[in-house]
Amino acid sequence: MAVSEAARLRAEIGRRERELRALRAELAAALAAEGAALPPLPARACLGAAEILRYSRQLVLPELGVRGQLRLSGCAVLVVGCGGLGCPLAQYLAAAGIGRLGLVDHDAVETSNLHRQVLHREAGEGLPKALSAAAALRQLNSTVQYVPYPMALSPSTALELVRQYDVVADCSDNVPTRYLVSDACVLAGKPLVSASALRLEGQLVVYNYQGGPCYRCLFPKPPSPETVTNCADGGVLGVVPGIMGCIQALEVLKIASGIGSSFSQFMLMFDALEGKFRNIKLRPKKPDCAICGDNPSITSLQDYEAFCGSSATDKCRTLCLLPNEERISVEEYKKLLDEQVPHILVDVRPQVEVDICHLVHSVHIPLSKLEEKNEECLKFLGKRLCEERQRNNVKTAFPIYVICKLGNDSQKAVQVLQALPDRELGSILAKDIRGGLMAWASKIDPSFPQY
Amino acid sequence: MAAPVSLLVEFGGGAELLFDGIKKHQVTLPCQPEPWDIRSLLKWIKQNLLKERPELFIQGDTVRPGILVLINDADWELMGELDYKLQDKDNIIFISTLHGG
Repeated sequence: MAVSEAARLRAEIGRRERELRALRAELAAALAAEGAALPPLPARACLGAAEILRYSRQLVLPELGVRGQLRLSGCAVLVVGCGGLGCPLAQYLAAAGIGRLGLVDHDAVETSNLHRQVLHREAGEGLPKALSAAAALRQLNSTVQYVPYPMALSPSTALELVRQYDVVADCSDNVPTRYLVSDACVLAGKPLVSASALRLEGQLVVYNYQGGPCYRCLFPKPPSPETVTNCADGGVLGVVPGIMGCIQALEVLKIASGIGSSFSQFMLMFDALEGKFRNIKLRPKKPDCAICGDNPSITSLQDYEAFCGSSATDKCRTLCLLPNEERISVEEYKKLLDEQVPHILVDVRPQVEVDICHLVHSVHIPLSKLEEKNEECLKFLGKRLCEERQRNNVKTAFPIYVICKLGNDSQKAVQVLQALPDRELGSILAKDIRGGLMAWASKIDPSFPQY
Repeated sequence: MAAPVSLLVEFGGGAELLFDGIKKHQVTLPCQPEPWDIRSLLKWIKQNLLKERPELFIQGDTVRPGILVLINDADWELMGELDYKLQDKDNIIFISTLHGG
């Protein structure tokens, strides 16, 4: 009888502990929503039976052990960005029993995210990513506190937020946010585990940890916006940020459990195509660094969008290179097609994108070939022009419309065509189609694929 | 006269797109009166390997912000940056930093 009474009481305590944890998690989320400071995670002296069972496979590692597990449960990690890096990172941190996960993301789930942002679900399209991620993680491990922040990290709130966490993971997708996160971590004295991925490559560094360098030590000047490529333009194989996010989670767990990180003053570079990892020894913390140096000139957070000359998102930029009269809308182009106005449509996207989708009557000449004035391509275009001129008996300047994905490259191509001497193509009138094929898909032909 | 220097020059993180998408270049720098350093290597790359839009790789006499230079797997800051004297069989990597996630 006594045994079963003890068992009953244990079960009851376990139930109430779970209830308490759930209440604490709700409180943390409610406080975060009100912008109030989070209560510290409760100090724990031992693990409960349920935790011992749950984490048994990692508890038996002497490198972690009960002490390490207790440290994990007392650690709050801020995840900046719930995308291709943040999803796998948060998943492994939650599974490993981290105490609290702050989840920052201002974006909503889109279909084109699902190939790499593996916490989000088809049914969650349109949901804020921070909430979608928290919901998925709660199903994985309900004992972790999740604090979603469905907003952009901003200079006015970042420092206060970072101060409430022990370790920060930069899983963001743009340059201004990377400087903002790093500066906030330096000012708050928090280690920053930073990863990035694009195409088939990834990079990872731990900043501001045990006297090592910060992001600014390595990159005192931001890259100019035209040299930065986002995932939409450059492409990314989902598993590549997946691998980098997993290594990032590993380093967070090593820091949180007291093992320590391997990547302070080291960069891990991953080349997925060659299947190679490379460890690079980096410079130490710089005495003349603007924020972590001996005489810092930066003592509070700044305007990072101004500093970098770009916005704190990874959305595609919209260029405006041509005057209005040299551009037409997709509606105007549709009318022109319907009225069978003689013209040539040139698609200047790379081959790989033309393979995805194209308008059947378009002529394909990639922008890169136009820019290098590729003889073969110009000859081909010249021949087509000549045929069309004769067929339609056009004596005046022949219209060429240029199209690309979004209407940026098409403007560059028009500028190249305009600069050609008349002897190349004869007299032409080149214009670009505003918004490109994506505008065509959204405004004219809903069956045309968007990518 | 400095003897010719053979190097493995690599580009990554997207920097290779300025070099016809080719990541690895086995190059031999010719004899010249002065010893080869990174400064003169950059000039040589601009003249011999870089075909278009040099401003996306070089600004002034150095690499543009956002490109990390590695000399035998170490940050060039640890090695004297532009003044590092190139040795035969050195591995020089120019890596564009990634920001996507």
